[in-house]
Amino acid sequence: MKVQAMAHFSAFSLLRNALTGHKHWPAQWPDALPKAEYDVIIVGAGGHGLAAAYYLAKEHGITNVAVIEKGWLGGGNTGRNTTIVRSNYLYDESARLYDHAIDLWDGLSQDLNYNVMFSQRGVMMLAHTVHDVQSFQRHIHSNRLNGVDNTWVTPQQAKEICPPLNISTDARYPVLGAAWQQRAGTARHDAVAWGYARAAAARGVDIVQNCPVTAIRRGPDGAVEGVETAKGFIKAKKVAVSAAGHTSVIMETAGVRLPLESFPLQALVSEPVKPIFPCVVMSNTVHAYISQSDKGELVIGSGTDQYTSYSQRGGLPLIEHTVAAICEMFPVFRRMRMLRKWGGIVDVTPDRSAILGKTPVQGLYVNCGWGTGGFKVTPGAGHTLAHTIARDDPHPINAPFTLERFTTGRLIDEAAAAAVAH
Amino acid sequence: MSAFRIPGKGRVCHDKPVRFTFDGKQYQGLEADTLASALLANGVHLVGRSFKYHRPRGIVSAGSEEPNALVGVSRGGGREEPNTRATLQEVYEGLTAISQNRWPCLHFDAGATADVLHRFLPAGFYYKTFMWPKRFWDRLYEPLIRRAAGLGVPPSEPDADHYASRYAHCDVLVVGAGPAGTAAALTAGRSGAQVILADEQAEIGGALLADDKVQIEDQTAADWLSAAQAELAALPNVRLLARTTAIGYYHQNMVGLAQRITDHLASPPADAPRERMWRVRAAQVVLAQGAIERPLVFHGNDRPGVMLAGAAQIYLNRYGVKPGKTVVVVTSHDSAWHTAFDLADAGTPIAAIIDTRPAIDPALTEAAAPRGIEALLSHTVTATSGRLRLRSIHVNAVTDGKVGGARLILCDTLLMSGGWTPSLHLFSHTQGKLAWDEASQSFLPDLKTEACHIAGGGRGLWGIENALQDGAKVGAEAAMAAGFNATAPALTTQNDRSGAGIIIAELPTDRGPQSTRSFVDLQNDVTSKDIRLAVHEGMHSIEHVKRYTTSGMATDQGKLANMNGLAIAAAAIGKPPPQVGLTTFRPPYTPTTFGTFAGYHQDDTFDITRKTPIDPWAADNGAVFEPVSLWRRAWYFPKPGEDMHAAVARECRATRNAVGIFDASTLGKIEVVGPDAVEFLNRLYTNPWTKLAPGRCRYGLLLGEDGYILDDGVIGRLSEDRFHVTTTTGGAARVLNMMEDYLQTEWPDLRVWLTSVTEQWATIALNGPNARKLLEPLVEGQDLSDEAFPHMSLADCTVAGFPARLFRVSFTGEMGFEVNVPARHGLALWQRLLGEGEAHDICPYGTETMHVLRAEKGFIVVGQDTDGTVTPGDANLGWAIGKRKPDFVGKRSLARPDLVDPNRKQLVGLLTDDPKVVLEEGAQLVDDPNRPIPMQMIGHVTSSYWSEALGRSIALALVEGGRMRMGETLYLPMASITHTAKVSRTVFYDPDGQRLSM
Repeated sequence: MKVQAMAHFSAFSLLRNALTGHKHWPAQWPDALPKAEYDVIIVGAGGHGLAAAYYLAKEHGITNVAVIEKGWLGGGNTGRNTTIVRSNYLYDESARLYDHAIDLWDGLSQDLNYNVMFSQRGVMMLAHTVHDVQSFQRHIHSNRLNGVDNTWVTPQQAKEICPPLNISTDARYPVLGAAWQQRAGTARHDAVAWGYARAAAARGVDIVQNCPVTAIRRGPDGAVEGVETAKGFIKAKKVAVSAAGHTSVIMETAGVRLPLESFPLQALVSEPVKPIFPCVVMSNTVHAYISQSDKGELVIGSGTDQYTSYSQRGGLPLIEHTVAAICEMFPVFRRMRMLRKWGGIVDVTPDRSAILGKTPVQGLYVNCGWGTGGFKVTPGAGHTLAHTIARDDPHPINAPFTLERFTTGRLIDEAAAAAVAH
Repeated sequence: MSAFRIPGKGRVCHDKPVRFTFDGKQYQGLEADTLASALLANGVHLVGRSFKYHRPRGIVSAGSEEPNALVGVSRGGGREEPNTRATLQEVYEGLTAISQNRWPCLHFDAGATADVLHRFLPAGFYYKTFMWPKRFWDRLYEPLIRRAAGLGVPPSEPDADHYASRYAHCDVLVVGAGPAGTAAALTAGRSGAQVILADEQAEIGGALLADDKVQIEDQTAADWLSAAQAELAALPNVRLLARTTAIGYYHQNMVGLAQRITDHLASPPADAPRERMWRVRAAQVVLAQGAIERPLVFHGNDRPGVMLAGAAQIYLNRYGVKPGKTVVVVTSHDSAWHTAFDLADAGTPIAAIIDTRPAIDPALTEAAAPRGIEALLSHTVTATSGRLRLRSIHVNAVTDGKVGGARLILCDTLLMSGGWTPSLHLFSHTQGKLAWDEASQSFLPDLKTEACHIAGGGRGLWGIENALQDGAKVGAEAAMAAGFNATAPALTTQNDRSGAGIIIAELPTDRGPQSTRSFVDLQNDVTSKDIRLAVHEGMHSIEHVKRYTTSGMATDQGKLANMNGLAIAAAAIGKPPPQVGLTTFRPPYTPTTFGTFAGYHQDDTFDITRKTPIDPWAADNGAVFEPVSLWRRAWYFPKPGEDMHAAVARECRATRNAVGIFDASTLGKIEVVGPDAVEFLNRLYTNPWTKLAPGRCRYGLLLGEDGYILDDGVIGRLSEDRFHVTTTTGGAARVLNMMEDYLQTEWPDLRVWLTSVTEQWATIALNGPNARKLLEPLVEGQDLSDEAFPHMSLADCTVAGFPARLFRVSFTGEMGFEVNVPARHGLALWQRLLGEGEAHDICPYGTETMHVLRAEKGFIVVGQDTDGTVTPGDANLGWAIGKRKPDFVGKRSLARPDLVDPNRKQLVGLLTDDPKVVLEEGAQLVDDPNRPIPMQMIGHVTSSYWSEALGRSIALALVEGGRMRMGETLYLPMASITHTAKVSRTVFYDPDGQRLSM
């Protein structure tokens, strides 16, 4: 087994390397050429795929693993999201999975020896209508009984937590209160991908970039034999596809149809300013969410575009609406400037919950359908996917997130739980 | 007049002095100055501190690419903003600007400690440390990092300005009004095409504003430009937009333009918007954005006084400002030689021109000699000195790649040019492909995805004549592509100082790599060493290099840094630049005010508020409103001294005992018409419609394809081929969209037409035992007796003289009527009914009372008692399914194993053991409250009210296997108390429905 030496990161090693001109840092992960055969191949080197590889090596002793990426690692939704981490989901299945992820986030920097800057600054979800209040109270009661922290705060309490918030009762969508999860927060998205990549590579995992997987090959018995790639066929008895919206395209080559739709989702940052925004604020009613990065930029997310698309290029109207919503909630930001906006492609299932587990094909595993919320679950998804691959049996936490639920009807519909009508 | 201003020179108004302050000190500038040119005229170069190391920084450029000269600008009273580019901000009388990112002051900044410690703070250092002890991250390290980071101070008051937006359509949109763009606009404009010409500067002209040598068509550039400006202004089909930045290029040739309207005015008109967003849909787009000069990368290239050569030429010729007392030029391109000549001719001593090239056009050295300028070919700059302002530089000869000994040259200004980069940001927004051009070492436009044309510097053409001629040619092409006859004028020039050059990023040096600090990204303090470290650590994609070092992520978005960073990274990786690739340019082109994006969508107009025709009456009569989707609805009508509980109790009593009047106009209404209308409804709704007779109506239930309840409402049959469909208030648009979707994509053969009539009808509901007594005398054309007009009937008639569509339906369990009249009569009818109703003890009620009354009857509200996971069976609505229908939307899903599971959550009633306890909606139900956390939950409360009619609380809940639990005690563990309640039926009041005909 080939194991890459991993230089330990610490204030001391930084100091020592500074004195020698930073010449002795090894590559954080080597550019691997694919071998002819692996025990496990993971398609997609986003945070999820890399985390799965890391936990396969760390917790299951499976190190003959390749993570194969068509572009650069962390270049998909891992590097495009607004970095929010929270777990105050309604249903038991989701709460358990996302809270498992938060448990892993807490201490991830130390585990990976890579500062992923997990910052438990708290997430506030604003209620603007009676319906919002009912819905959030339902979440809070459910979370309490599930052991997930989430509390109701009044508009005044919300303002104390987040001073720029406008709680005027004259607002078009006045703040009637908010759900507040203190353990939630943000993390540095790129560092999550890099940290997992480096720690996985150190345990022997090959990370192969710029190598599109074109098809999954199945043997005469139907079981997986390996993957066809731009760099040739690579053999493996176990293949896991963790490629966001392109998962459905790859799975189709194995004859597995996935109920996925892909939508552009846009986000933006402002110019960097001195600290003003101490937490994360989300509003589902006006469709915007916001936090401030360590660098000082306001990081703002919007809703999905209306139409399915693979174009990582959103339209202007949605962004206009998002920015208008932010200015309504935080009128002091109206003179701030947008620095950069971009689009990602989110893969959405009919019940807006993920598909994470086995497939009808022997040796083929899938992780997709995270919609707009995949970043927060990165450690949890990787951890349970690794378990599923290693044991060929799902972890109890991801067991409900089957593909079969769309046939049986046992859905986990978080979005529906926030349905609006009357 | 300051020592640096040349009297009479440039386009500034020398007779119009303007006073402004910077960091509290008063200065004088001239009208048409930018803040940057005015400061330079006062000898001020030091204007800011860099992001990471807090190094003193000066003005580098003269345009929107400026990375250093960012200042806070304030007019007071909610008009303050950070990070304003001094190079774009025009001065006005009283302008107040401050420097940023320094404490306690610009000249002495404690944050510069970071610069001393730079050795320990290389690219990405924060990923390697701050991990121990763990809890210090949240409490110590991160707050420290945050305090050090950020640039300006964010606004502290709500913005006092407002913003505007407009749509525009044109044949040709020209972005950039330099020589190419101006020629393109002239050519297209003369052809008769509708043209919009936008430029980010205060006046159009671009490079022509800063070139006083070139002659165009035998005129000076200034004269030619004046004539062109006048002609464009006179053409009725041309719109000129100065101070307008094209920020983004979107699908189908839509370009967003951000226009700055008042930021340059000393006293803006009170009603003027500050900025305006133009959403321009153009048949053809001409991108004439020119090129951006590349800085050079060398040790100490960031000191105040080091400036782009092209910027110095602009400050000299456009603003009449000399950049310093003694100037040295370092370049790899001819253009900087001409800057030196212009400066020398204006009386600024040029100590030397250092060119990295061993051989150049001899005309240049010949022109340098008589001006007394020393020309040093095949030389490099290896060091600079001066803390707050450049004092001297080290110049070394380069022979056969070897750097010789240093020579000290004293100078306070160093002008640099590393060549020019075509500005292709907007082209990149279209996801158009770029091709690497080896000769110019730059990316040029290749495959297009939109109807756009690139002219002049944007496609690597250098010089005024090239730009003019290419602009004219491309302008003609664009006009012709838009259907006009256009001919490109042959624009000829003299003294066009087009030149050549090579692209060089990093200058050769004799310094060891450890002691070299050459800045690539000036704002973010990324050095060439940082980029090499990133590559060394395995970052082999340009995106990884960018993200690891933050190069190109500052507020100039890499306009100066990206190409140099790419060149250095590519060399370190050992691949040619095109193989390493370019990071994607993202909109906006320059940072753009949030308010400009929001436009008119502010305060009351952030989102429309839909109001019913009866809303004014409700407002006048003290209604408390609640927002329901976009509508505002009267929630309850408190009388003096009443709280919500008392008001709702009174409204409930009045409706149950006499008659209540309710504004139901917000209900969605869709008219479904056509020979196949009945078949359409049969396929869409769960209920059977074929046998519904005209004049009758029926409760309709709509499912999603997943089998879960999506919407409901009463559907009346007006005639054989005409239905009046009602939907929930929030679901109206969704249902209409769904209907259209099915009609257009699944069943295009059906002859059905859909019309939204929600706002055409005002709907007034009368409920209560006196409802008929009140209504009967007012109705003409319909007998309201039970026999002639039983429950679930509808009829066209007149009510109080108004044409009406009258329904006999009830959402309260009382005898009920819903009167639909054309919206314009809604208020009059409401007032008439109230007046006539006095004799019958009429009482207006709001949505809260409506909710209580319907809950007493166990009627569901979709979205409250259902949540997108509830089947008809779960909601006790199995009866609404047409059993003999071959199909309807959602039917197949209803057969899935989990949807027929007997233990599904079902809607039941809940009666608390303590009748005074009104449960919290959303409270969770358990059957054993003594289990540990996580506790097994079996359902939740969906609706909960005080029932005035029953004198106790009631609730509806979704409970696992609920219908099998009748009478069972369940528990509701709240934070501090556990309630108990017994499962009951959902109909709490008048279970036999006798009151419907009372």
